[in-house]
Amino acid sequence: MLRFLLGRLVKIVLILLAITVLNFCLIHMAPGDPALVMAGEAGDADPKFLAQLRTQFGLDQPFYVQLWAYVSHVLMGDLGYSYRQQMPVSTLILQRLPATLILSITAFALSLGLGVLAGVVAAARQGRWSDSLISAVALLFYATPLFWMALMAVLLFSVQLDWLPAFGYEQAASGLHGLARAFDIARHLVLPATTLGLFFMATYVRITRASMLEVNRLDFVKTARAKGLKPSVIQRRHVLRNAILPVVTLAGLHAGQLVGGAVLIETVFAWPGIGRLMFEALQSRDYNTLLGVFVVSSALVLLFNLITDILYRIVDPRIRAS
Amino acid sequence: MTDTPSPSVTIDHLRIALPEGADRPYAVDRVDFRLYPGKVLCVVGESGSGKSMSANALMGLLPEGVRVADGRIRLGDTDILAQDEEGMRGLRGRRMAMIFQEPMSALNPLMKIADQIAEVFEAHNLLRPAERRARALELLTEVGLPDPARAAASYPHQLSGGQRQRVVIAMALALEPEVLVADEPTTALDVTTQAQILELIRRLQVDHNMAVMFITHDFGVVAEIADHVAVMQLGRVVEEGPADTVLRNPQHAYTRKLIDAIPKLGAGRAEAPERPPLLTVEGVSKTYHLGGGLFAKSRKVEAVRDISVTLGRGETLGIVGESGSGKSSLGRCLVRLQDVSAGRIAIDGQDMTRLQGAELRALRRRVQMIFQDPFASLNPRIRVGRAIADGPIAYGTPVATAMAEAEALLERVGLPGTARRFPHEFSGGQRQRIGIARALALKPEVIVADEAVSALDVSIQAQVLDLLDELKRELGLSLIFITHDLRVAAQICDRVMVMQKGACVELGPGAQIFDAPAHAYTRSLIDAIPGRDWDQSAA
Amino acid sequence: MSEFWKAYCRNRGAVVGLVILAVVLILSIVAPFWFPGSPWDMVQMPFLPPFQEGDAILGTDTLGRDIASGLAHGAYVSLLVGFVSTLVSLAIGIPIGAAAGYFGGWVDDILSRITEFFQVIPAFAFAIVLVAIFQPSITSIIVAIAVVSWPPVARLLRGEVMSLKHREFIEAAALSGQSGFTIIWRQILPNTISPVIVLSSMMVATAILTESALDFMGLGDPNIMSWGYIIGAGRTVLQQAWWISFFPGVAILLTVLAFNLIGEGLNDALNPRLSKRRD
Repeated sequence: MLRFLLGRLVKIVLILLAITVLNFCLIHMAPGDPALVMAGEAGDADPKFLAQLRTQFGLDQPFYVQLWAYVSHVLMGDLGYSYRQQMPVSTLILQRLPATLILSITAFALSLGLGVLAGVVAAARQGRWSDSLISAVALLFYATPLFWMALMAVLLFSVQLDWLPAFGYEQAASGLHGLARAFDIARHLVLPATTLGLFFMATYVRITRASMLEVNRLDFVKTARAKGLKPSVIQRRHVLRNAILPVVTLAGLHAGQLVGGAVLIETVFAWPGIGRLMFEALQSRDYNTLLGVFVVSSALVLLFNLITDILYRIVDPRIRAS
Repeated sequence: MTDTPSPSVTIDHLRIALPEGADRPYAVDRVDFRLYPGKVLCVVGESGSGKSMSANALMGLLPEGVRVADGRIRLGDTDILAQDEEGMRGLRGRRMAMIFQEPMSALNPLMKIADQIAEVFEAHNLLRPAERRARALELLTEVGLPDPARAAASYPHQLSGGQRQRVVIAMALALEPEVLVADEPTTALDVTTQAQILELIRRLQVDHNMAVMFITHDFGVVAEIADHVAVMQLGRVVEEGPADTVLRNPQHAYTRKLIDAIPKLGAGRAEAPERPPLLTVEGVSKTYHLGGGLFAKSRKVEAVRDISVTLGRGETLGIVGESGSGKSSLGRCLVRLQDVSAGRIAIDGQDMTRLQGAELRALRRRVQMIFQDPFASLNPRIRVGRAIADGPIAYGTPVATAMAEAEALLERVGLPGTARRFPHEFSGGQRQRIGIARALALKPEVIVADEAVSALDVSIQAQVLDLLDELKRELGLSLIFITHDLRVAAQICDRVMVMQKGACVELGPGAQIFDAPAHAYTRSLIDAIPGRDWDQSAA
Repeated sequence: MSEFWKAYCRNRGAVVGLVILAVVLILSIVAPFWFPGSPWDMVQMPFLPPFQEGDAILGTDTLGRDIASGLAHGAYVSLLVGFVSTLVSLAIGIPIGAAAGYFGGWVDDILSRITEFFQVIPAFAFAIVLVAIFQPSITSIIVAIAVVSWPPVARLLRGEVMSLKHREFIEAAALSGQSGFTIIWRQILPNTISPVIVLSSMMVATAILTESALDFMGLGDPNIMSWGYIIGAGRTVLQQAWWISFFPGVAILLTVLAFNLIGEGLNDALNPRLSKRRD
């Protein structure tokens, strides 16, 4: 396990390094002066400031010097300075990261939990109306644009029914503390996390159902039946455990989509996470922040991937052995 | 003799309906079976005869869509067909147990062996958890696993096929059932492992006085284990009786045909004349490097070790061994589907192990191959005539000529006028004929046949072997016949090479290998052939 | 062919999907004739609710533009981006996956690492960065979507080719003297077509979703009216004028649903063995 983790860590660092290089290339491939790109809109006014940027990142130097300057900055945790917000990008991102983590982890758990549950139910009732209903609803969620679903959820649950808050992370200036504050955040979390989760839930429902039906046909299930085991025990102990493996793999592959979805959801719900930050950076053409968020969101995906890989190894003894 | 005991299982007029659209309405049509305590009933037949369906019906484990249409199944005084699912659950595992064909997939890959055995007790609410584990260990000891404690703590993938089959048998024995249903339990195993498992089943069945229903396609296995035999064909029992009677004096034409189709061990060829050498193999080795990467050391597997042999013109050389013996790796080296790690392979004195490009192509057409799996060896999207013609076309024959030759070849292998059909329109045996036609299309001198008849039913197998033999004489071919089946090797090979763990342990004329094996491993292989005594007494 | 249709039509959802797609396709073709003016033109007073008397049956937006006209013209953009970006993804993914699977060894190592890298990058965030850096236009949107969506194609092809490569009929083809190129082209690729077609259908659906999300974020081509743009523009006035965001969303939902349904139908028709086991 230790060796596996070590290997994974090296890989993660390498991928992050590659993403940094990619970022650098993007800045240079963008039409116009790289210094302008880095400064964003703020640079328009101030030539002195642009000159300072050029020396700082060696923009008048050969290509490889520039690359090294950029990469070493990022490796030191320096993602540049947001001239719009007058703050280092890394500080900006660190402020926003907890909100995104809460949102995406909740949505991830929600979608996986409910998705697997509904998939198991659908497989067990294969061909009956409850199966058709679950499959149809999953198909519908799978085809719904995330941001539109979010808007409609606001319209229904906040505007029409007034059950839940539509925007933000917590009641501003409410002075709440401790549990009361946690409860307040949780209330704000319900709509964003559910809408973000529903889309992925739809995928997990479909794959769980298909996987359950597939495993049900395998020989060892027949062995279990020949033992005289109860159907419920067979489904739980033999079928589900094996059927969950492709779901875990898929969940890992979906981590990227989850983070991308968070950008949309945070935009709609004004959830103060890095996704919302990305939207703000777009609005103000703040490329430094944009690219900083890009690197950090990639790191987030790698983290999710690591979690699903560990999960997989816990469930499947065959991987552990090899 | 003593008075007959009452049967453990009575099956009367059983009729099993297939779903609509199947090739026949009933998988099993009005059959009767009796299982007696302490006796083995072998149900024998080719694929599609309905033998497995009968077994599954007894266990109440028929596939979805298949149902019992008529008849009666009684276990002692219990009417099986009147039981609901809950009732069947109480019987399965407790009063009747089952073992399956594929030990590789019959166990849950994510659960430890001990837990899977303990589950049998749990299913019927017997014993406490600690006692269940203790019993599991006892059972693993009883079925003869070398290190029961270690096996109990293992996952299935850590055990070999034979060991897994022992685990499945241990699970079946757990609650001392009256009836054991064994569905081709040794078919997927190597011949020596098969002999051990057959002996195990026989011993346990006597010790526990069980009634056994043993499903098999192999008359050799029948001769080893059966007390009573029922021969099935297309859903009906065509002949049944005591094992000795059916095996030595078969009455029904179908039974006779099946028994005649079995290659006879005693039918080995006489000493072959000295032949001029055609293919020379000198010190060939093949080593694989598995895995490896940034953090893992790669594993070295020596699949073939220092093999030297010469194939004479017009000779048939058999390469015999169990799975993992390296016989297929050697075959693939012979046709250059993979490169050798050391040594040389020469045809007519010309080394082909180092050739590349055009020179390799020129030489390669002289050595062709027939593959094992009739379903995987033809491209599903290419018409069979074209598949045969593709080789000559690649060597520059005009398309029309090549197609005409392909049709002629198809006619020669007994499939006239089929060139425009797709592979899925043919049966397994027919596909294997197409595979032979394809190998012949390039007019080779040597043909390497890798387990070419192993996937076929015995009667089809006999036809394909006859065809190969005819073609060989007619075209003056030399044949390398790779097989795990010693009966087949004994029947058709002039000389036989026995391989074990990548090395050649014995090489000699067929008759000598089978009548007077020199090496202990060869002897153990021959001793393990099921039905050997029956063969000898029949010869 | 008729057998294919029979299998396809047995899936009723797939037929519905085909009907929806036909409607959207027709809509995109007749849009210039049905709504001859530019969809950017102000035709009515702003904030006109739907289903009222007058021209704008689906209401107007904040600037008095006809939403029905926007929907009709937007259909063309969605389909265009969906199809073209999928074609580009296939053009990137198929050669990479096929080469990785067929050659194995270090070729596979390098190509698989590259694929994995693109798979790990959060697709939507990457698309946003690409479009923002290269300036929003229909081309940059198509390129961005293609660049983030080819890895699944490469993975699929690699897996298929690797499993086919050791199939006996491929070895037989090698033995019969066919060249590597002939083997890939004649023996391997035709056997990978069905899963690729099924995947493509699903990819068009995803591409349409991504395109609308980019438009929604304000990264659409400023000269082209699209469904995502209308939703984004109506977002701030959601409470007063729900219809501005509502109708384009339904249009996206139906179109994406259509492609998913078609994908399932194709799967049933092209892999009959699998689909039989499904039900």
